[in-house]
This record gives sequence, structure tokens and C-alpha cells, in this order.
Amino acid sequence: MTGTASPPATEAARPAPAGPHHRPGLARWRDFSLIPVIFVLGVIGFIVSPAFLTRDNLVGVIQQSTELGLLVLGEALILISGRMDLSLESTIGLAPVLALWLVMPAHGSRFAGLELLPTWTAIPLCLAVGAAVGATNGFLILALRVNGFIATLGMLTMLRGLQVGISEGRSLVDVPDSFAYLGRADWLGVPAAVWICLALFALGGAALGYFRHGRALYAIGGNPEAARAAGIRVDRITWIVLAIGGVLAAFAGILYTGHYGAVSAGQGNGWIFQVFAAAVIGGIGLKGGRGTLFGALTGVLTLQLVINVMTLGGVPPLWTQFLNGMIIIVALVVSRYTSGEKQD
Amino acid sequence: MEQPVVHAEGIVKRYGPTVALDGARLTVRPGEAHALVGRNGAGKSTLVSVLTGMERPDAGRVAFGGEPAPGWGDTAAWQRRVACVYQKSMTVPELTVAENLYLNRFQEAGGRAIRWRALRERARRLLAEYGVDVDPGARIRELGVEQRQFVEIARALSFGARLIVLDEPTARLDAAGIARLFGKLRELRAQGVAFLFISHHLQEVYELCDTVTVFRDARHVLTAPVAGLAEDALVAAMTGEAAGAPRTVRTAAGPVGEPVLRAEGLALAGQFAPLDLTIRAGEVVGLAGATASGNTAIGETLAGLRAPDAGRIAVRGRPVRTGSVPHALAAGIGYVPEDRHREGLVPGRSVAENATLTVTDQLGPLGTVLPSRTREFARRMIASLDIRTTGPGQPVSGLSGGNQQKVVIARALAREPAVLVAVRPTNGVDVKSKEALLGVVRQVADGGSGALIVSDELDDLRVCDRVLAVFHGRITAAFGPGRRDHELVAAMEGMAADGPPAGEGTAAAHGTDGTDSTEGTAS
Repeated sequence: MTGTASPPATEAARPAPAGPHHRPGLARWRDFSLIPVIFVLGVIGFIVSPAFLTRDNLVGVIQQSTELGLLVLGEALILISGRMDLSLESTIGLAPVLALWLVMPAHGSRFAGLELLPTWTAIPLCLAVGAAVGATNGFLILALRVNGFIATLGMLTMLRGLQVGISEGRSLVDVPDSFAYLGRADWLGVPAAVWICLALFALGGAALGYFRHGRALYAIGGNPEAARAAGIRVDRITWIVLAIGGVLAAFAGILYTGHYGAVSAGQGNGWIFQVFAAAVIGGIGLKGGRGTLFGALTGVLTLQLVINVMTLGGVPPLWTQFLNGMIIIVALVVSRYTSGEKQD
Repeated sequence: MEQPVVHAEGIVKRYGPTVALDGARLTVRPGEAHALVGRNGAGKSTLVSVLTGMERPDAGRVAFGGEPAPGWGDTAAWQRRVACVYQKSMTVPELTVAENLYLNRFQEAGGRAIRWRALRERARRLLAEYGVDVDPGARIRELGVEQRQFVEIARALSFGARLIVLDEPTARLDAAGIARLFGKLRELRAQGVAFLFISHHLQEVYELCDTVTVFRDARHVLTAPVAGLAEDALVAAMTGEAAGAPRTVRTAAGPVGEPVLRAEGLALAGQFAPLDLTIRAGEVVGLAGATASGNTAIGETLAGLRAPDAGRIAVRGRPVRTGSVPHALAAGIGYVPEDRHREGLVPGRSVAENATLTVTDQLGPLGTVLPSRTREFARRMIASLDIRTTGPGQPVSGLSGGNQQKVVIARALAREPAVLVAVRPTNGVDVKSKEALLGVVRQVADGGSGALIVSDELDDLRVCDRVLAVFHGRITAAFGPGRRDHELVAAMEGMAADGPPAGEGTAAAHGTDGTDSTEGTAS
């Protein structure tokens, strides 16, 4: 993966002072604290079921990680800049529905659209909806200065309701091929979604590590007053990050829709919990200014592997929710100690 | 002879290979005001932790009133002997004074439910006993800083403690607040309460304390009565350098040049009235004023953090868009904020990252920030400002206060500003760092830039070629190099300056004869 947040460690340059809290060199490995967990999960999977270590299964796990991964990517950027956005889980459903509603034919299919725009505009429209949702969040949080948690929680509910209202509570099945392509296609034998997701993580990692506006996110999240005094346009950048988060959620919606060939009425419902869990397990600080995208990615993979291993292990479906929650808590505790840092 | 309230000797405390205290000792007698001074890292905080039962020493013994200290971890017993009022308030801002005083011991013995009226009554009695004039029903956040400190002191005394440690109690107070605090401390001493007073302000030590103990490099260096101890000798004990070398005040190395910053009619309602200000190349101008005088707001307005209601700012003759930090930076205004923790540093990030925050556009092509260039840039800064760090990658939170402040100044200087605006640049740093930091400001001016020091600290203002005093948002007086400290203090306190006549002051303030007042200061 990409180089990410911490600039290539320079602790090695000179011997570090041995303070009580300083463990030289370890900081560099913080990002890799989930790798052993992923390895152990692999071993457990191998023991539980011979089907685990097959190409189809592993590709399946990774593909299923892509949609969650994009949400986590967006949320990680927002969390690093010291904000949060709960409404991402509604954007993943609303953006495709709104875009398809505008382009689908008014007659002749089960879902009556408005047919206002040509079909090819569905994807740009979908992304634009995501950006608009993010910008609205930005307006609420940055211009009106209302509480971000409640504002985006309100957006979550409102947008979910908008989706239900437009789609009349039904799933949207006849999705245009152009819209479904990215979620369905294989490139070089691997789902296109996987390549795209990896590319976006790489891009995000590079931005955070090597570009001034990306690096500014850490300063904004770590101490917004200091960032402002140093000439960083805090509000503008935060606003852009919120919009990018919305775009990424909308893009996750495109991939998800293509993958399953339909927009279900409850698409994304309840995901935000997994998104936050993956981010925090992956080392993103909820108070801002801390964490890397590589860590966030390992967090996503860990969660998806757990679910996969559980499925293969034949856990009764009625118990999966219980186990899911329990495993998130266990993963949280494990990552807190492997990284050696308090999560706050 | 009466037993000392606290007697510690042979205290050793190690953190890994770092020795924080090496055979330290301290004795405080009842009713004494005992100053504990030393440079950052001398071991003062560690000693306080040991004396208050927060840290267990590796060796040595502590006795309170002749009896051995309570067992480690017996918090209640420690609280009955000693308490510390930290720089950071340990009160809950949203709760009332009464609730804070009796936090977690709301009920009198035996009671179950909280009886609010009785609680307030108890609080009133406690405050009255120590003559603290605070309403027990007021919320802590509505109080001034020194009133909060009174509440904390009263709380400590209510536990039975007869030794109060004050850690930099005056750092966030203005002169009037300090006077009230000291008055209260003197009253309490008359009742037999002893104080251990930690401060970087040696004047305060002379004003308040009768004994001073100096620590240096984890060791006890000196304990002596304050009266009869020359300030030079005290500073020498703190720094370990030979006494006698007077702290020289360097002023402009050469004649001052063209104006680098000119503000005209700058005004911000509620903060400061329209004012003109000119800073010339090669000079350091002081903007003196007490905490609420508006001088900080003037500095913040020049830096672009606040948008003025009226007025223009020009740097080297070119107008600057007001109210925008990026524009101010680009125009060449470097800014050192008042509080490095609140507005200066991003705590979890590295020295390199903090030092280069203003120059990220110069560290690589096309908006990239190359780690190698960042490190290179930071190394230059570390070398030129003599920042004590393990390297550019060290988290900035691991540095001492003085070195953290140097990082903030490094960032302000990174763009080679035409004018440096520094608000209280030596806030909370030790004597040695203070001189180094002020030396840096002086160097900036000698290098052909201008500098503005916004401060109420006489030490800061001493390096200035001329000082403008601000009172209630107006420049009330101007002083040239021949000024006396007491004139300056009087002007900051709003008393009629017995220095230069007002007419001359106003003229200098407007920059029309700014050169006159600084001529002939080459040293």
C-alpha cells in the first residue's frame, strides 16, 4: 500500500531519549498492528473450512470489502480532520436512487423515473448527489455551527426517508448496464471494484502523506486553532473533505448497486456502525489528527474476514448479530493493545 | 522549634535512564512562602509530584509536620496534608462553586441524599473563613482566573492541608489579578498556611516569598532567604553560569530603515479604537498592555486572525487583505500566537511537521510535500534556533516548554517575514530560553525585518527599541530607549505616565517621528 500519514520515520536518525512513554521505532509499526490479527483470522478460517483458502472465497471477501472500504476511506478523512459524518450510510443508498430516478424511463418499467436526463449521466449525477450531501453537512456544521453528530444523524434519517419516499419503499431492480458496469466487471481476473478501491486508497494515502492539502488534515484535526494561525484555510478544507466523503459514499453506492444488480430499499442501513468500528480498529482517532489510511484499510479487511469466517464456520444466522458485535469489541481491545495506544 | 510542614530529603526519582531527581531536599516551615525555582527540566514538577503523593520516589523520605508521609496511594491522607493548585484549573467549569468545593463529598457524614441548601451553607462558611469573596452558587466558568484559584485553595484547606503548592499561579493573570492573589496569600500565611510557590517570574518571588530554593539538573542547588539574595546570584544559581554577568539589553544594531509595516486607522469594535502603527526595518517595537487592554487583539488583527472593522495594513508599501491569515503570511507577516498549546502546536505531530506548517507550499513541486525536504528544512530550523530535540521526527509534545516555543517561532520565521508579530513570545518558558527567544527576535530585526512584541512582560519589552503602551484599546503612551520599568508599568495600568508628555507619545505612536525615538541606540 501507499506510504501514509507518518512521514518516513526519522527517529532512527539519532538515538531517542528513553522517557517513560517513548518506545523508539515502535511508532512506525503502529500501522501494522492488525496484520497479525488478519493472519490469525486466516489460520482460523483455514481450520474451520476448506472453502476458506480458495480463490473464489478470498476474492469474494475482498470485493465485499470494497463498498465498506470506500465508506471507511471517506469517514477516515473526515475523522482525521476532526469531524464526523454519520450520514454516509444513507448516501450510499440515496445517491444511486436519486440518480436513477432522474434518468430512468417514465413508462415501461416497474420503477417510473422522470426521464429528465440521458442514461449516461447517471454516474456523474450519483457522484454529484454525494457531493451535495457532503456540502450540506458542511453548511450545517461549518456555517451554522450546529453539532456535527446530531446534524449528520438528522441527515442520516432524512436521507434514508427521502430514498424510501422516492423508491416507494421498493428495491430498484432494472439498473442500466452502464451504471452497473463498474460493480460487475472483472479486470485482469479481479473485480474492477477491487482495483478502483485500491487506487482510491493509494490516492488518499499519497495525498495525506505527500501533499500539502492532505497533510493539512492532520493539523486541522490535531489543533484547528494552530492550523488557522499557520495560514491553513481550515473551514474551506474541512468543507471539501466532507464533500469528498459524500462522493466516496455515492461511489460505494454505484459499486454496490452494480455488484448486486439492484438498489435495495435498505441499502447501507446500519453500516455506519461498521464504518466507525473499522476506522477505530484501524487506528483512526475519533478526536481527530491521528491515524492512517493503511490502518483503516486493515481495519476493513479484519472485519470482513471475521464475518466470512463466521459464515463458513456455520454460525446459526440468528446468532450472527450477537457475534458480530462481540467480535468488534474484541477486535477493538486487541488493536488497542497491539498498537499500544489509547483510543479516544 | 516548630516542626516543618514538609521536610523531604534524599529524594531520587528515575524515569528509565533519565534521572529526574537526584538526592533532592526541601524544607518548608509553617506560614512560610517558599519559592521553588529552576529552569524547565530542573525537576520542580517531579518534586511536586512526589510531595503531593502522585509519584512514589525511588529513594528518600518525606515527612509532614515531623511524621512520615502517608502510604503511597492513600489519597485521602495526602489530601489532608498537602494540595497543589496547578496551572491548569482542576475545577469543573459547569458546576457551582459549592459543588466544586465539596466534589464527591456532598453529604455530611451519615446523610444519603444531597441537601443542597446545607451544602451551599457549608460552602459559604468555608469561603468566609478564608475571606474569599465568591458566591457559592456561581458557576465556576463565570469566575475570573484568580477567583478559581481561590476556590481551589479553599478546597485544599478544607481537607486540612496546611501546605499549598502553587504551580505558576500568575501565568494567566493580569497585574490586578496578581495583586489580589498575592493579597489573599499573605492573609492565609498569617493563618499559618505555608505555600510552595513555583514561578518563572523572579520579581514575584522577591515580592511574595521569604525563602527560595533553586533546583538545577535534578539537584538541589541553593536554599536561601530571599532578602539579601541578589537577582544576579539567583539567576546564576538557576543557570549554573558565573554570576555578575549583567543581562544585557541589546537594541538596534544600526539605524532603522524604511517602514516594513504600516497600519492606518485600524479598529475593531470592543477591542481597540482606530490606531496608526508603523514598524521600520531593523527595529523591535513593543506593544505593552495588560491582559484585557486590547494589545493581543491588535496583534491578532495584524496576523489576519481577526478582521478589523476599519483600517488598512500595508507591508513594504503593498496593501494586505485584512482578516485573512494566508494573505498576511504571503505578504510577509510572521505570527507567534499567544498560547502555544491552544494556537501554536499540533501536539501529536512531529517537530518537522509543526515547524513547516506555514511553508508547505515550498516543500515540493505541484502541491506535494516531500518528506526529505521537510526534514531538511526542519534540520536547518533546529540548528539555527538551537532547538533541543532528538531529531525532526520527534513528536513536539515531547519537547520542553522553551523548545516548543522555539518551534512556534521557527514556523513564524520559516517564510522569512518582513515583520514578525509575536504575542507574549516567552510565555511560560524558563529564564535561559527566555533570553534565547528574545535574542532571536532581536536577530530578526538586525537582519532587516521589523518585529512587534505584544506583551505585558517587562523582560519581553526590554529588548524593544520603543514601546507603545495600550490601555483600554488605545495607545496611551510611547517610550523610547531611555524608559524606566515603573513608567511602563504605570502606563499599562492606565495611570498617567510620568514619562514623556502625551503629545510626543502620540506622535511616536503614529510613526511620524518613530525614527527620532530610536536614533542613537546603536550599542
